[in-house]
Amino acid sequence: MAWRLLKIGLSKNYPEPRMFTPPARLAPTYDAVIIGAGGHGLATAYYLARDHGLRNIAVIEKGYIGSGNTGRNTTIIRSNYLTPEGVRFYDRSIQLWRDLGDDLDINLFYSTRGHYTLAHTDATLRTMRWRAEVNKHLGVDSELVDAAAVARALPMMDMSCAGHAPILGALYHAPGAVARHDAVAWGYGRAADQRGVEIHQQTEVLGIETTGGEVSGVRTSRGHIATRCVISAVAGYTPRILDMVGLQSPIYIHPLQAMVSEPLKRWLDPIIVSGSLHVYVSQTARGELVMGASLDPRELHNTRSAIEFATSLSTHMLELFPFLAGVKVNRQWAGLADMTPDFAPVMGLTPVKGFYLDAGWGTWGFKATPVAGKTMAATVASGRNDPLITSFDWWRFERFELTGEKGAASVGH
Amino acid sequence: MKLIPCPLNGLRPADEFVYGGEVRHMPDPATSSDAQWARYVFNRSGIAGVKHEWWCHIASGFWFILERDTLTDEVRSSQHVAQWHSTVHV
Repeated sequence: MAWRLLKIGLSKNYPEPRMFTPPARLAPTYDAVIIGAGGHGLATAYYLARDHGLRNIAVIEKGYIGSGNTGRNTTIIRSNYLTPEGVRFYDRSIQLWRDLGDDLDINLFYSTRGHYTLAHTDATLRTMRWRAEVNKHLGVDSELVDAAAVARALPMMDMSCAGHAPILGALYHAPGAVARHDAVAWGYGRAADQRGVEIHQQTEVLGIETTGGEVSGVRTSRGHIATRCVISAVAGYTPRILDMVGLQSPIYIHPLQAMVSEPLKRWLDPIIVSGSLHVYVSQTARGELVMGASLDPRELHNTRSAIEFATSLSTHMLELFPFLAGVKVNRQWAGLADMTPDFAPVMGLTPVKGFYLDAGWGTWGFKATPVAGKTMAATVASGRNDPLITSFDWWRFERFELTGEKGAASVGH
Repeated sequence: MKLIPCPLNGLRPADEFVYGGEVRHMPDPATSSDAQWARYVFNRSGIAGVKHEWWCHIASGFWFILERDTLTDEVRSSQHVAQWHSTVHV
Protein backbone atom coordinates (compact mmCIF):
# COMPACT_ATOMS: atom_id res chain seq x y z
CA MET A 1 0.00 0.00 0.00
CA ALA A 2 2.73 2.45 0.98
CA TRP A 3 4.70 1.68 -2.22
CA ARG A 4 1.63 2.13 -4.33
CA LEU A 5 0.88 5.47 -2.69
CA LEU A 6 4.48 6.59 -3.22
CA LYS A 7 4.31 5.57 -6.89
CA ILE A 8 1.07 7.54 -7.33
CA GLY A 9 2.64 10.51 -5.56
CA LEU A 10 5.67 10.51 -7.84
CA SER A 11 3.99 9.76 -11.16
CA LYS A 12 3.30 12.63 -13.52
CA ASN A 13 -0.14 11.39 -14.50
CA TYR A 14 -2.71 10.38 -11.93
CA PRO A 15 -2.87 6.63 -12.56
CA GLU A 16 -6.41 6.00 -11.30
CA PRO A 17 -9.51 6.83 -13.35
CA ARG A 18 -11.15 10.08 -12.15
CA MET A 19 -14.79 10.14 -11.06
CA PHE A 20 -15.56 13.20 -13.21
CA THR A 21 -14.11 15.06 -16.15
CA PRO A 22 -13.76 18.71 -15.06
CA PRO A 23 -14.98 20.73 -18.05
CA ALA A 24 -12.50 23.44 -19.09
CA ARG A 25 -15.00 26.25 -19.61
CA LEU A 26 -18.68 27.02 -19.49
CA ALA A 27 -20.52 26.72 -22.79
CA PRO A 28 -22.43 29.86 -23.87
CA THR A 29 -25.74 28.01 -23.70
CA TYR A 30 -27.34 24.98 -22.00
CA ASP A 31 -30.75 23.33 -22.21
CA ALA A 32 -30.87 23.27 -18.42
CA VAL A 33 -28.78 24.76 -15.62
CA ILE A 34 -28.96 23.15 -12.19
CA ILE A 35 -27.73 25.22 -9.24
CA GLY A 36 -26.08 23.06 -6.60
CA ALA A 37 -24.03 19.86 -7.09
CA GLY A 38 -25.35 18.09 -4.03
CA GLY A 39 -27.24 14.81 -4.15
CA HIS A 40 -30.50 16.45 -5.26
CA GLY A 41 -28.95 18.54 -8.06
CA LEU A 42 -26.83 15.70 -9.41
CA ALA A 43 -29.71 13.20 -9.19
CA THR A 44 -31.93 15.61 -11.13
CA ALA A 45 -29.21 15.96 -13.78
CA TYR A 46 -28.76 12.18 -13.96
CA TYR A 47 -32.47 11.38 -14.39
CA LEU A 48 -32.90 14.23 -16.90
CA ALA A 49 -30.09 12.70 -18.96
CA ARG A 50 -31.03 9.04 -18.43
CA ASP A 51 -34.82 9.09 -18.54
CA HIS A 52 -35.61 12.17 -20.58
CA GLY A 53 -32.75 12.33 -23.09
CA LEU A 54 -31.48 15.78 -22.13
CA ARG A 55 -27.73 15.98 -22.63
CA ASN A 56 -26.80 19.64 -22.65
CA ILE A 57 -27.02 20.19 -18.88
CA ALA A 58 -24.70 22.13 -16.58
CA VAL A 59 -24.63 21.64 -12.83
CA ILE A 60 -23.18 24.77 -11.22
CA GLU A 61 -21.62 24.42 -7.78
CA LYS A 62 -20.16 27.21 -5.66
CA GLY A 63 -17.98 24.85 -3.58
CA TYR A 64 -17.26 21.24 -4.44
CA ILE A 65 -19.49 18.22 -5.06
CA GLY A 66 -21.48 17.26 -1.96
CA SER A 67 -20.02 20.09 0.13
CA GLY A 68 -23.40 21.27 1.40
CA ASN A 69 -25.98 19.29 3.30
CA THR A 70 -25.35 16.13 1.25
CA GLY A 71 -22.09 15.78 3.16
CA ARG A 72 -23.42 17.10 6.49
CA ASN A 73 -26.52 15.04 7.25
CA THR A 74 -26.76 12.00 9.52
CA THR A 75 -27.64 9.69 6.55
CA ILE A 76 -30.90 8.26 7.92
CA ILE A 77 -33.34 6.90 5.34
CA ARG A 78 -36.95 6.11 6.30
CA SER A 79 -40.50 6.52 5.04
CA ASN A 80 -42.54 6.40 8.27
CA TYR A 81 -44.12 9.80 7.73
CA LEU A 82 -47.50 11.06 8.90
CA THR A 83 -49.35 12.33 5.83
CA PRO A 84 -50.29 9.96 2.97
CA GLU A 85 -48.58 12.27 0.44
CA GLY A 86 -45.39 12.22 2.53
CA VAL A 87 -45.46 8.44 3.03
CA ARG A 88 -46.01 7.77 -0.70
CA PHE A 89 -43.19 10.12 -1.68
CA TYR A 90 -40.57 8.80 0.76
CA ASP A 91 -41.61 5.18 0.14
CA ARG A 92 -40.89 5.69 -3.56
CA SER A 93 -37.50 6.98 -2.49
CA ILE A 94 -36.77 3.82 -0.50
CA GLN A 95 -37.69 1.71 -3.52
CA LEU A 96 -35.17 3.69 -5.57
CA TRP A 97 -32.52 3.50 -2.82
CA ARG A 98 -32.62 -0.29 -2.73
CA ASP A 99 -31.04 -0.80 -6.15
CA LEU A 100 -29.35 2.57 -6.46
CA GLY A 101 -25.87 1.12 -5.84
CA ASP A 102 -26.31 -1.24 -8.81
CA ASP A 103 -27.81 1.52 -10.91
CA LEU A 104 -24.89 3.89 -10.27
CA ASP A 105 -22.29 1.09 -10.04
CA ILE A 106 -20.93 2.34 -6.74
CA ASN A 107 -20.95 0.95 -3.21
CA LEU A 108 -23.29 3.22 -1.24
CA PHE A 109 -22.95 1.12 1.94
CA TYR A 110 -26.75 1.06 1.94
CA SER A 111 -27.59 -0.81 5.09
CA THR A 112 -31.13 -1.64 6.23
CA ARG A 113 -31.07 -1.45 10.01
CA GLY A 114 -34.57 -0.97 11.33
CA HIS A 115 -35.56 2.32 12.95
CA TYR A 116 -36.96 2.87 16.45
CA THR A 117 -38.63 6.16 17.32
CA LEU A 118 -38.93 6.06 21.11
CA ALA A 119 -42.05 7.28 22.92
CA HIS A 120 -41.62 8.72 26.41
CA THR A 121 -45.15 10.11 26.75
CA ASP A 122 -48.72 9.03 25.99
CA ALA A 123 -49.07 11.88 23.51
CA THR A 124 -46.09 10.61 21.49
CA LEU A 125 -47.52 7.08 21.56
CA ARG A 126 -50.77 8.39 20.09
CA THR A 127 -48.98 10.13 17.18
CA MET A 128 -46.98 6.96 16.61
CA ARG A 129 -50.10 4.80 16.47
CA TRP A 130 -51.46 7.27 13.91
CA ARG A 131 -48.25 7.12 11.88
CA ALA A 132 -48.15 3.31 12.04
CA GLU A 133 -51.74 3.05 10.76
CA VAL A 134 -51.21 5.54 7.92
CA ASN A 135 -48.01 3.68 6.98
CA LYS A 136 -49.66 0.24 7.02
CA HIS A 137 -52.58 1.51 4.98
CA LEU A 138 -50.11 2.57 2.28
CA GLY A 139 -48.14 -0.69 2.44
CA VAL A 140 -45.21 0.70 4.45
CA ASP A 141 -43.80 -1.56 7.15
CA SER A 142 -44.29 0.30 10.47
CA GLU A 143 -45.71 -0.90 13.76
CA LEU A 144 -46.15 0.26 17.32
CA VAL A 145 -44.15 -1.91 19.73
CA ASP A 146 -44.36 -1.94 23.53
CA ALA A 147 -41.64 -1.24 26.07
CA ALA A 148 -40.86 -4.95 26.54
CA ALA A 149 -40.18 -5.36 22.82
CA VAL A 150 -37.93 -2.28 22.84
CA ALA A 151 -36.02 -3.62 25.86
CA ARG A 152 -35.52 -6.99 24.14
CA ALA A 153 -34.21 -5.37 20.97
CA LEU A 154 -31.97 -2.85 22.77
CA PRO A 155 -30.71 -4.50 25.97
CA MET A 156 -27.92 -1.91 26.30
CA MET A 157 -30.37 0.99 26.58
CA ASP A 158 -31.48 2.48 29.90
CA MET A 159 -35.27 2.09 29.56
CA SER A 160 -35.85 4.63 32.34
CA CYS A 161 -33.57 7.26 30.69
CA ALA A 162 -31.83 8.12 33.96
CA GLY A 163 -35.17 7.85 35.73
CA HIS A 164 -36.90 10.91 34.29
CA ALA A 165 -38.16 9.93 30.83
CA PRO A 166 -39.14 6.22 30.91
CA ILE A 167 -39.63 4.64 27.49
CA LEU A 168 -43.27 3.53 27.02
CA GLY A 169 -42.94 2.03 23.55
CA ALA A 170 -41.70 2.84 20.08
CA LEU A 171 -42.64 3.17 16.44
CA TYR A 172 -40.64 0.45 14.70
CA HIS A 173 -39.95 0.90 11.00
CA ALA A 174 -38.12 -2.11 9.54
CA PRO A 175 -37.03 -0.45 6.25
CA GLY A 176 -35.08 2.27 8.13
CA ALA A 177 -31.57 2.43 6.66
CA VAL A 178 -28.34 4.37 6.50
CA ALA A 179 -26.07 5.01 3.49
CA ARG A 180 -22.75 6.65 2.84
CA HIS A 181 -23.71 10.19 1.87
CA ASP A 182 -20.56 11.22 -0.02
CA ALA A 183 -20.85 8.17 -2.25
CA VAL A 184 -24.39 9.22 -3.18
CA ALA A 185 -23.13 12.54 -4.57
CA TRP A 186 -20.13 10.91 -6.27
CA GLY A 187 -22.25 8.10 -7.74
CA TYR A 188 -24.87 10.43 -9.18
CA GLY A 189 -22.13 12.83 -10.31
CA ARG A 190 -20.18 10.16 -12.16
CA ALA A 191 -23.30 8.64 -13.73
CA ALA A 192 -24.47 12.09 -14.88
CA ASP A 193 -20.99 12.92 -16.16
CA GLN A 194 -20.92 9.68 -18.18
CA ARG A 195 -24.15 10.79 -19.85
CA GLY A 196 -22.70 14.12 -20.92
CA VAL A 197 -23.76 16.35 -18.01
CA GLU A 198 -21.15 19.02 -17.21
CA ILE A 199 -20.38 19.57 -13.53
CA HIS A 200 -18.81 22.97 -12.90
CA GLN A 201 -17.40 23.21 -9.38
CA GLN A 202 -16.00 26.44 -7.90
CA THR A 203 -18.57 28.36 -9.93
CA GLU A 204 -20.91 30.71 -8.15
CA VAL A 205 -24.27 31.88 -9.47
CA LEU A 206 -24.36 35.69 -9.25
CA GLY A 207 -27.71 36.36 -10.88
CA ILE A 208 -30.57 34.88 -12.86
CA GLU A 209 -31.90 36.85 -15.82
CA THR A 210 -35.54 36.91 -16.78
CA THR A 211 -37.28 38.39 -19.82
CA GLY A 212 -41.02 38.92 -19.63
CA GLY A 213 -41.43 36.61 -16.63
CA GLU A 214 -39.36 33.83 -18.22
CA VAL A 215 -35.85 32.67 -17.41
CA SER A 216 -33.35 33.72 -20.09
CA GLY A 217 -29.91 33.32 -18.56
CA VAL A 218 -27.61 32.88 -15.59
CA ARG A 219 -24.68 35.08 -14.57
CA THR A 220 -21.91 33.11 -12.90
CA SER A 221 -18.46 33.88 -11.51
CA ARG A 222 -17.06 32.14 -14.62
CA GLY A 223 -19.15 33.77 -17.29
CA HIS A 224 -22.64 34.13 -18.71
CA ILE A 225 -24.93 31.28 -19.72
CA ALA A 226 -27.98 31.59 -21.92
CA THR A 227 -30.69 29.13 -20.86
CA ARG A 228 -34.46 28.90 -20.59
CA CYS A 229 -34.44 26.42 -17.72
CA VAL A 230 -32.95 26.85 -14.25
CA ILE A 231 -33.43 24.39 -11.40
CA SER A 232 -32.42 25.54 -7.93
CA ALA A 233 -31.31 22.58 -5.80
CA VAL A 234 -29.44 24.43 -3.06
CA ALA A 235 -29.94 24.29 0.69
CA GLY A 236 -29.39 27.19 3.06
CA TYR A 237 -29.17 29.66 0.16
CA THR A 238 -32.63 29.22 -1.34
CA PRO A 239 -33.94 32.65 -0.24
CA ARG A 240 -30.93 34.30 -1.91
CA ILE A 241 -31.51 32.41 -5.17
CA LEU A 242 -35.25 33.22 -5.03
CA ASP A 243 -34.40 36.89 -4.59
CA MET A 244 -32.54 36.73 -7.94
CA VAL A 245 -35.86 36.02 -9.66
CA GLY A 246 -37.84 38.40 -7.44
CA LEU A 247 -39.68 35.75 -5.39
CA GLN A 248 -40.38 35.61 -1.66
CA SER A 249 -41.10 32.35 0.11
CA PRO A 250 -41.86 30.92 3.56
CA ILE A 251 -38.37 29.36 3.68
CA TYR A 252 -36.24 30.45 6.63
CA ILE A 253 -32.78 29.26 7.65
CA HIS A 254 -31.72 27.68 10.92
CA PRO A 255 -28.50 25.71 11.49
CA LEU A 256 -28.65 22.01 12.31
CA GLN A 257 -25.69 20.51 14.12
CA ALA A 258 -24.39 16.95 14.32
CA MET A 259 -21.39 15.09 15.69
CA VAL A 260 -19.57 11.79 15.42
CA SER A 261 -17.79 9.67 18.04
CA GLU A 262 -14.56 7.73 17.82
CA PRO A 263 -15.00 4.29 16.20
CA LEU A 264 -16.31 1.56 18.51
CA LYS A 265 -16.76 -2.16 18.11
CA ARG A 266 -20.14 -2.79 16.54
CA TRP A 267 -22.85 -2.71 19.22
CA LEU A 268 -25.77 -0.72 17.78
CA ASP A 269 -27.59 -2.21 14.83
CA PRO A 270 -30.82 -0.22 14.51
CA ILE A 271 -31.24 3.54 14.23
CA ILE A 272 -32.54 5.11 17.45
CA VAL A 273 -34.53 8.34 17.58
CA SER A 274 -35.94 10.06 20.63
CA GLY A 275 -38.01 13.15 19.97
CA SER A 276 -38.33 14.02 23.65
CA LEU A 277 -34.60 13.77 24.29
CA HIS A 278 -33.74 15.43 20.94
CA VAL A 279 -31.43 12.62 19.89
CA TYR A 280 -30.97 10.48 16.81
CA VAL A 281 -28.11 8.04 16.53
CA SER A 282 -26.82 5.25 14.34
CA GLN A 283 -23.53 3.39 14.07
CA THR A 284 -21.65 3.60 10.77
CA ALA A 285 -19.90 0.74 8.98
CA ARG A 286 -16.66 2.14 10.46
CA GLY A 287 -18.09 1.89 13.97
CA GLU A 288 -18.52 5.61 14.66
CA LEU A 289 -21.71 6.82 16.30
CA VAL A 290 -23.33 9.52 14.17
CA MET A 291 -25.50 11.70 16.37
CA GLY A 292 -27.81 14.59 15.68
CA ALA A 293 -30.13 16.86 17.62
CA SER A 294 -32.85 19.39 16.93
CA LEU A 295 -32.46 22.64 15.02
CA ASP A 296 -30.65 25.58 16.52
CA PRO A 297 -33.33 27.82 18.01
CA ARG A 298 -32.70 30.98 15.99
CA GLU A 299 -32.12 32.07 12.41
CA LEU A 300 -28.44 31.97 11.50
CA HIS A 301 -26.59 31.63 8.21
CA ASN A 302 -23.42 30.21 9.66
CA THR A 303 -22.04 26.67 9.93
CA ARG A 304 -20.24 27.26 13.22
CA SER A 305 -20.70 24.42 15.72
CA ALA A 306 -20.51 25.15 19.43
CA ILE A 307 -19.66 23.41 22.70
CA GLU A 308 -23.22 23.91 24.03
CA PHE A 309 -24.47 21.62 21.32
CA ALA A 310 -21.94 18.86 22.07
CA THR A 311 -22.61 19.03 25.83
CA SER A 312 -26.38 18.98 25.54
CA LEU A 313 -26.45 16.16 22.96
CA SER A 314 -23.93 14.12 25.00
CA THR A 315 -26.06 14.53 28.12
CA HIS A 316 -29.09 13.09 26.34
CA MET A 317 -27.02 10.31 24.74
CA LEU A 318 -25.86 9.28 28.21
CA GLU A 319 -29.43 9.18 29.48
CA LEU A 320 -30.10 6.52 26.84
CA PHE A 321 -26.71 4.78 26.90
CA PRO A 322 -24.88 5.45 30.18
CA PHE A 323 -22.04 3.07 29.27
CA LEU A 324 -20.83 5.54 26.60
CA ALA A 325 -19.53 7.92 29.28
CA GLY A 326 -15.87 7.28 28.39
CA VAL A 327 -16.33 7.58 24.62
CA LYS A 328 -14.78 10.56 22.87
CA VAL A 329 -16.41 12.85 20.33
CA ASN A 330 -14.27 13.12 17.20
CA ARG A 331 -15.91 15.87 15.21
CA GLN A 332 -18.90 18.18 15.22
CA TRP A 333 -20.28 20.34 12.45
CA ALA A 334 -23.34 22.24 11.24
CA GLY A 335 -25.38 22.60 8.07
CA LEU A 336 -27.91 25.23 7.04
CA ALA A 337 -31.47 23.92 6.92
CA ASP A 338 -34.16 25.44 4.66
CA MET A 339 -37.13 25.27 7.02
CA THR A 340 -40.77 25.48 5.91
CA PRO A 341 -43.90 26.09 8.03
CA ASP A 342 -45.29 22.58 7.35
CA PHE A 343 -42.06 20.55 7.44
CA ALA A 344 -42.57 19.54 3.81
CA PRO A 345 -40.43 20.59 0.84
CA VAL A 346 -41.26 23.17 -1.83
CA MET A 347 -40.88 21.56 -5.23
CA GLY A 348 -41.57 22.01 -8.92
CA LEU A 349 -42.89 24.92 -10.96
CA THR A 350 -42.76 28.51 -9.69
CA PRO A 351 -44.42 31.75 -10.82
CA VAL A 352 -41.33 32.42 -13.00
CA LYS A 353 -41.53 30.36 -16.19
CA GLY A 354 -38.51 28.12 -16.62
CA PHE A 355 -37.47 28.46 -12.98
CA TYR A 356 -37.93 25.26 -10.98
CA LEU A 357 -37.41 24.80 -7.28
CA ASP A 358 -36.21 21.80 -5.29
CA ALA A 359 -36.01 23.39 -1.85
CA GLY A 360 -37.34 23.52 1.68
CA TRP A 361 -35.55 20.30 2.53
CA GLY A 362 -35.01 21.34 6.14
CA THR A 363 -33.75 18.38 8.10
CA TRP A 364 -35.32 15.68 5.88
CA GLY A 365 -33.59 15.98 2.49
CA PHE A 366 -31.00 13.20 2.29
CA LYS A 367 -33.49 10.33 2.30
CA ALA A 368 -35.37 12.01 -0.54
CA THR A 369 -32.34 12.34 -2.84
CA PRO A 370 -33.37 9.69 -5.43
CA VAL A 371 -37.07 10.53 -5.52
CA ALA A 372 -36.42 14.29 -5.58
CA GLY A 373 -34.10 13.83 -8.56
CA LYS A 374 -36.58 11.57 -10.31
CA THR A 375 -39.65 13.77 -9.78
CA MET A 376 -37.82 17.04 -10.51
CA ALA A 377 -36.50 15.58 -13.79
CA ALA A 378 -40.02 14.42 -14.74
CA THR A 379 -41.41 17.85 -13.82
CA VAL A 380 -38.84 19.74 -15.90
CA ALA A 381 -39.23 17.38 -18.87
CA SER A 382 -43.03 17.59 -18.94
CA GLY A 383 -43.50 21.15 -17.72
CA ARG A 384 -46.04 19.86 -15.15
CA ASN A 385 -45.53 18.97 -11.51
CA ASP A 386 -45.03 15.23 -11.12
CA PRO A 387 -48.09 13.64 -9.37
CA LEU A 388 -45.90 12.65 -6.39
CA ILE A 389 -45.00 16.28 -5.62
CA THR A 390 -48.28 18.13 -6.18
CA SER A 391 -48.82 18.46 -2.40
CA PHE A 392 -45.40 20.11 -2.09
CA ASP A 393 -46.06 22.79 -4.70
CA TRP A 394 -45.18 26.48 -4.49
CA TRP A 395 -48.81 27.70 -4.34
CA ARG A 396 -50.00 25.59 -1.38
CA PHE A 397 -49.38 28.43 1.09
CA GLU A 398 -51.61 30.94 -0.67
CA ARG A 399 -54.25 28.20 -0.92
CA PHE A 400 -53.82 27.66 2.86
CA GLU A 401 -53.31 23.95 2.06
CA LEU A 402 -50.28 22.99 4.09
CA THR A 403 -49.03 19.42 4.23
CA GLY A 404 -48.65 19.06 8.01
CA GLU A 405 -45.64 16.79 8.28
CA LYS A 406 -44.34 18.21 11.56
CA GLY A 407 -45.59 15.19 13.54
CA ALA A 408 -43.15 13.00 11.64
CA ALA A 409 -40.07 15.19 12.08
CA SER A 410 -37.46 12.96 13.63
CA VAL A 411 -37.11 15.15 16.71
CA GLY A 412 -39.32 17.97 17.99
CA HIS A 413 -38.11 21.22 16.44
CA MET B 1 -22.24 30.24 26.24
CA LYS B 2 -23.29 33.10 24.01
CA LEU B 3 -24.55 36.13 25.94
CA ILE B 4 -27.58 38.17 24.91
CA PRO B 5 -28.04 41.74 26.17
CA CYS B 6 -31.50 42.21 27.66
CA PRO B 7 -32.68 45.79 28.29
CA LEU B 8 -34.19 44.70 31.62
CA ASN B 9 -31.75 42.07 32.96
CA GLY B 10 -28.44 42.95 31.33
CA LEU B 11 -26.14 40.36 29.72
CA ARG B 12 -27.56 36.87 30.22
CA PRO B 13 -26.73 33.42 28.74
CA ALA B 14 -28.52 32.73 25.42
CA ASP B 15 -30.37 29.68 26.78
CA GLU B 16 -32.37 31.94 29.12
CA PHE B 17 -34.10 33.42 26.06
CA VAL B 18 -36.52 32.37 23.35
CA TYR B 19 -36.36 33.73 19.83
CA GLY B 20 -39.65 35.07 18.52
CA GLY B 21 -38.81 35.77 14.89
CA GLU B 22 -38.36 38.93 12.90
CA VAL B 23 -40.46 42.03 13.65
CA ARG B 24 -42.96 42.29 10.80
CA HIS B 25 -45.70 44.64 9.84
CA MET B 26 -49.19 43.12 9.93
CA PRO B 27 -51.49 44.24 7.12
CA ASP B 28 -55.03 45.22 8.12
CA PRO B 29 -56.94 41.90 8.12
CA ALA B 30 -60.18 43.71 7.29
CA THR B 31 -58.90 45.20 4.06
CA SER B 32 -56.13 42.87 2.88
CA SER B 33 -56.81 40.27 0.20
CA ASP B 34 -56.41 36.52 0.82
CA ALA B 35 -53.15 36.57 -1.13
CA GLN B 36 -51.77 39.48 0.90
CA TRP B 37 -52.79 37.79 4.11
CA ALA B 38 -51.16 34.47 3.04
CA ARG B 39 -47.94 36.36 2.24
CA TYR B 40 -48.00 37.92 5.71
CA VAL B 41 -48.76 34.64 7.47
CA PHE B 42 -46.20 32.45 5.68
CA ASN B 43 -43.50 34.42 3.85
CA ARG B 44 -40.28 35.39 5.61
CA SER B 45 -37.26 37.45 4.64
CA GLY B 46 -35.01 34.42 4.45
CA ILE B 47 -31.85 36.18 3.28
CA ALA B 48 -29.10 36.81 5.83
CA GLY B 49 -28.78 40.37 7.09
CA VAL B 50 -29.19 42.72 10.02
CA LYS B 51 -32.70 42.15 11.35
CA HIS B 52 -34.87 43.40 14.20
CA GLU B 53 -36.22 40.44 16.12
CA TRP B 54 -38.55 39.62 18.99
CA TRP B 55 -36.76 37.96 21.93
CA CYS B 56 -38.10 36.99 25.33
CA HIS B 57 -36.21 36.52 28.58
CA ILE B 58 -38.04 33.46 29.87
CA ALA B 59 -37.55 33.81 33.63
CA SER B 60 -38.78 37.41 33.70
CA GLY B 61 -41.29 36.99 30.85
CA PHE B 62 -39.87 40.12 29.27
CA TRP B 63 -40.19 40.69 25.52
CA PHE B 64 -37.82 43.09 23.78
CA ILE B 65 -36.37 43.95 20.38
CA LEU B 66 -32.92 42.70 19.46
CA GLU B 67 -31.07 43.95 16.40
CA ARG B 68 -28.88 41.09 15.16
CA ASP B 69 -26.79 40.20 12.12
CA THR B 70 -28.05 36.74 11.06
CA LEU B 71 -24.85 36.06 9.11
CA THR B 72 -22.39 36.60 11.97
CA ASP B 73 -24.73 36.32 14.99
CA GLU B 74 -23.46 39.73 16.18
CA VAL B 75 -25.89 41.76 18.29
CA ARG B 76 -26.12 45.41 17.21
CA SER B 77 -28.63 46.78 19.71
CA SER B 78 -31.22 45.74 22.27
CA GLN B 79 -34.17 47.89 23.22
CA HIS B 80 -37.52 48.09 25.01
CA VAL B 81 -40.55 47.59 22.78
CA ALA B 82 -41.79 51.09 23.64
CA GLN B 83 -38.45 52.57 22.65
CA TRP B 84 -38.56 50.65 19.35
CA HIS B 85 -42.07 51.94 18.61
CA SER B 86 -41.03 55.52 19.30
CA THR B 87 -38.14 55.34 16.82
CA VAL B 88 -39.74 53.34 14.01
CA HIS B 89 -42.88 54.25 12.15
CA VAL B 90 -44.30 51.24 10.44
